[in-house]
Amino acid sequence: MEKTAKILKKPITSTIIAIVCGFAVAAIVLAAAGYNPSAAFGALFSGIFSKPKYISNVIIKATPITLTALSVAFAYKVGLFNIGAEGQYIIGAVAANLVGYLCNFPPIIQIPLVVLSGVAAGALWGGIIGFLKAKFGIHEVLTSIMFNWIAFYISNWVVSSARFHEPNSTAAYPVNPSSYTMLLPNWKTSDAGLAVLKGHKALREVLLKTDVNFGFVIAIAAAVFVWMLLYRSTKGYELRAVGLNRDAAEFAGISVNKNIIITMLIAGALSGLAASMVITGTDPHRISTLSAFENNGFNGLSVAFIAGSSPIGCIFAGLLFGGLLYGGQSIQANIGAPSEIINIMIGTIVFFVALTAVIPKLAVRLEKRGMHNAAK
Amino acid sequence: MKKMKKLLAVVLAGTMAVSMGACGSTGSASSAAGGSASSGAAGASAGGKGYKVRMVTDTGGVNDQSFNQSSWEGLKNLKKDTGADVNYVESKQESDYATNLDKAADENANLIWGIGFAMAKSIGSAAKENPDINYAIVDNSYDKATMPSNVTGVMFRAQEPSFIVGYIAGKTTKTGKVGFVGGIRSNIIDQFEYGYKAGVAYAAKEMNKKITVDAQYAESFSDSSKGKAIANSMFSSGCDIVFHAAGGVGVGVIAAAKDAGKYAIGVDRDQAYLAPKNVLTSALKLVYSAVEDVSKKAMKGEKIGGKTFTYGLKENAVGIPTEHKLMGDATYQAAMKVENDIKSGKIVPPATKAEFDKFGK
Repeated sequence: MEKTAKILKKPITSTIIAIVCGFAVAAIVLAAAGYNPSAAFGALFSGIFSKPKYISNVIIKATPITLTALSVAFAYKVGLFNIGAEGQYIIGAVAANLVGYLCNFPPIIQIPLVVLSGVAAGALWGGIIGFLKAKFGIHEVLTSIMFNWIAFYISNWVVSSARFHEPNSTAAYPVNPSSYTMLLPNWKTSDAGLAVLKGHKALREVLLKTDVNFGFVIAIAAAVFVWMLLYRSTKGYELRAVGLNRDAAEFAGISVNKNIIITMLIAGALSGLAASMVITGTDPHRISTLSAFENNGFNGLSVAFIAGSSPIGCIFAGLLFGGLLYGGQSIQANIGAPSEIINIMIGTIVFFVALTAVIPKLAVRLEKRGMHNAAK
Repeated sequence: MKKMKKLLAVVLAGTMAVSMGACGSTGSASSAAGGSASSGAAGASAGGKGYKVRMVTDTGGVNDQSFNQSSWEGLKNLKKDTGADVNYVESKQESDYATNLDKAADENANLIWGIGFAMAKSIGSAAKENPDINYAIVDNSYDKATMPSNVTGVMFRAQEPSFIVGYIAGKTTKTGKVGFVGGIRSNIIDQFEYGYKAGVAYAAKEMNKKITVDAQYAESFSDSSKGKAIANSMFSSGCDIVFHAAGGVGVGVIAAAKDAGKYAIGVDRDQAYLAPKNVLTSALKLVYSAVEDVSKKAMKGEKIGGKTFTYGLKENAVGIPTEHKLMGDATYQAAMKVENDIKSGKIVPPATKAEFDKFGK
């Protein structure tokens, strides 16, 4: 009994239970729609794991949502709900695309320049929200929703402007190849590269058929950075104090307003970094006309939630989410079930994560009952 | 009294439950019937030849009321006729094109369709990687010199139906002013704009009248509220007919015509169902018939790679609907005469600005 209680108390247990429940609900929905659930899940898993290049694609898909999840999780630890990750991502993508297109330096200057311009634009976008909250007390949820739309229309305006619109397309001009952050972008398609890769089938598939890039390494580094900042620095202590109890923090002499602005700057920078890595790391290396949000930021919300706002947890939740998004298309392709099934599954998992907050409480009950029995 | 109220409540609840149950049961009965009918159809088409056709949508998705949907209809027809194995993969973002095309190739497809010119680059590189697979793309033609030998382009002479609807608009307008709403400017949308303008000019010349065309772009293929705003301003500035070539934006254009009691002209499919009293006619561009046709050619083993097929009136892949109660018989017959003139080559509708400038002279 005590052992079960101990296991149930761990946050990871509730998350796993939530994921199992998500799969169960998806199975019921699939069966009700007349599809074989085991065939569907078989397609899902073979769509993720059956080839090295699929795994590579999952990691590529996971990169931006891991970073936006970090953005959301970090702000959440300071008591702020950053629903504006979507807009910060979009504005970061616009900035990275424009700088990458207009400038053409050698990679050693160009890559940091392009990446940092996306980061700066995202930070600015988040910082404004933080400033409005700190200075005028405007709730960050309201402003960030509005700023999402402002970013959305700025992006569409840039794409359709005569200066940046590529004729006969629905997109802007892509960034210059010197901004690419893929692994060996030039070598792999050169004659020498092709000759070497000829002998290595798996390597060739991964390198040539997917845009393997440094994005996920950056995402892991960012997760470690956020964790260190929050839990291993004085600043982090301040930030968390603001998150736990604003009034108490103020009373203890911590400047709440300053910390709110700093938090939103960093959160915005993380979302902007997500966009920079996508623009520099994956085809088509450009922004295109948006007809709806692409959900890079909103998916980050779900990922952060699944991860329980733990920075390191975001890495794994991001991979899970990336796997579901990418593998989910195989369900559609192989057995014909609509890919919306995956959305139902993701929604259910998030829902159960929220619900399973009761599990640790249940564990305490179990423990108490155990003690009670022991006393008898 | 209190007891009465309680009783009443119970009775009411009872009737509600019964009536709800009744609704539920009829609903389930009809859906069951639908289910069996569709499974029957699937059974009939089984036993195909194992020819695999895959289609990758652009970011519009498979239910876009436009060319993705139409292409998928074409593939479903193909399955019905020949028993080919067809399926689609939806792209959510532009970065999905390459990975989705790769996935379709992994399924050992014989023919892979990409829908829309936005996919041109991705199709080109996928074709180079998989020289054994046939690729086809809707609304794009490659440069002859750089075109991979296993890619087929499918184009439409959209200027032909646009010319006819322009002619009809010119014949029908009372104010001498008509409008055009485009999506995002490109060679494809130019076909609609200049075909339409030439049709209007042709009608004006015939009737010896002056008719002006107000052309505007929405910079979007999905923002229907923008379509509505543009069409509203056109109607209030004196236009009485507006033609759109703007995908989802056009839904707003047609809604504006309905509100103003004026006419709109639909595009791609017969859009009269959106506003039966206000959609004068539609410039049909039957993507499905071309998709079906090219797929069949490929199935028969015909060499289709490296070529661009262009579909127009002659191939019955464009035109206008036969329903014509809003324009009247005389106009319709005149339009049919124009159609025949285009078919016979007597009229060559312009597809670009340069051709249009020459057309007037």
